[in-house]
Amino acid sequence: MNTTIADLAGVDRIIAEHGGRADALIQVLLDVQAEISWLPADALARIAERLDVPPALVQHITTFYKAFSLVPKGRHRVHVCMGTACHVRGALRILDTVEELTGLAPGETDPDLKFSLETVNCLGCCALGPVIEIDGKTHGNVSLARTEDVLKSYE
Amino acid sequence: MSEVRLQIDGKEVRAEEGATILETARAAGIEIPTLCLHEALEPFGGCRLCVVEVEAGGWSRLVVSCVYTVAEGLVVRTRNKKIDRTRKMLLELLLAHAPDSPPLQELAAEYGADRDRFGQETSFCVHCGLCVRYCAEVKGLHAVGFIDRGIRKEISFLPEIAAKECRDCMECFPLCPTSYLQAAFVLVEAFTSR
Ligand code: SF4
Ligand code: FES
Repeated sequence: MNTTIADLAGVDRIIAEHGGRADALIQVLLDVQAEISWLPADALARIAERLDVPPALVQHITTFYKAFSLVPKGRHRVHVCMGTACHVRGALRILDTVEELTGLAPGETDPDLKFSLETVNCLGCCALGPVIEIDGKTHGNVSLARTEDVLKSYE
Repeated sequence: MSEVRLQIDGKEVRAEEGATILETARAAGIEIPTLCLHEALEPFGGCRLCVVEVEAGGWSRLVVSCVYTVAEGLVVRTRNKKIDRTRKMLLELLLAHAPDSPPLQELAAEYGADRDRFGQETSFCVHCGLCVRYCAEVKGLHAVGFIDRGIRKEISFLPEIAAKECRDCMECFPLCPTSYLQAAFVLVEAFTSR
């Protein structure tokens, strides 16, 4: 998967929205990623050129912040909560199950771009633990069996 | 610009407002060790070896003298037990990356730092930033930059730029206190040439 010309037009639009200013670099990167879910090399090259920022700096910023992804993300973003409350309620075993079912370790995406797996440190709904969140939807009190059902419900 | 008066190691000195403690001390003939400082580059405050103790209002604390600016009435000490202990520890942490680095070995001898105190790190880079900053500030080429952060921070050549510019320059190589920079460059070259 690569950015298309249409995407680069999108990149140009976002750059223009921020006035093409170098100090808007992080905001531009965030907006581009919000639209195409990751930051492809050609988009980064375009941003560096248009904002007149050295590519080395763009590389530093995009690898510094965990929020940026330089690899494609899956259609579904799975977040397994590893916070204290979820941890004591068996989050590790939930994570094991998710890893086994998806074949992914945290931070990875499968080649079919179906799932991206991440762990998070607290989703803020500890009473529901253990919690997994998929595409922003929270699944609380998941058992190992429920976890499997939930994952299978995504195409 | 107005002038401020301060004391360094018991010596009364004057400095321009905005000057750093380090340059003020050096002008007064007081030596402070540095690793990441280079006269052609902006101070970076990366290696922390230039720590000194400042006292103001009855409180004393350690500050990084290459980036800390002078102030009226400041009392600075550039060497005492606490400073020496701190520099020794910093050196030991740096030596875990680059045990054979000549500038580090020299300082290690002076501060009694043990090069084997911590296990050998996988990367030789001590993140002094000399290569990155030299390429950016002096050459304006940005052929090498930092990636990632924390314990995973590394320098990385940008192959597209390095392939065009580095062979005729290589001015950053002698700046590197370890052999890491050259190793990284040779690696990029191996990947990009055919
Ligand atoms: S490669 Fe050498 S010069 Fe560059 S940051 Fe690392 S130690 Fe410093
Ligand atoms: S010389 Fe001051 S931090 Fe390196």
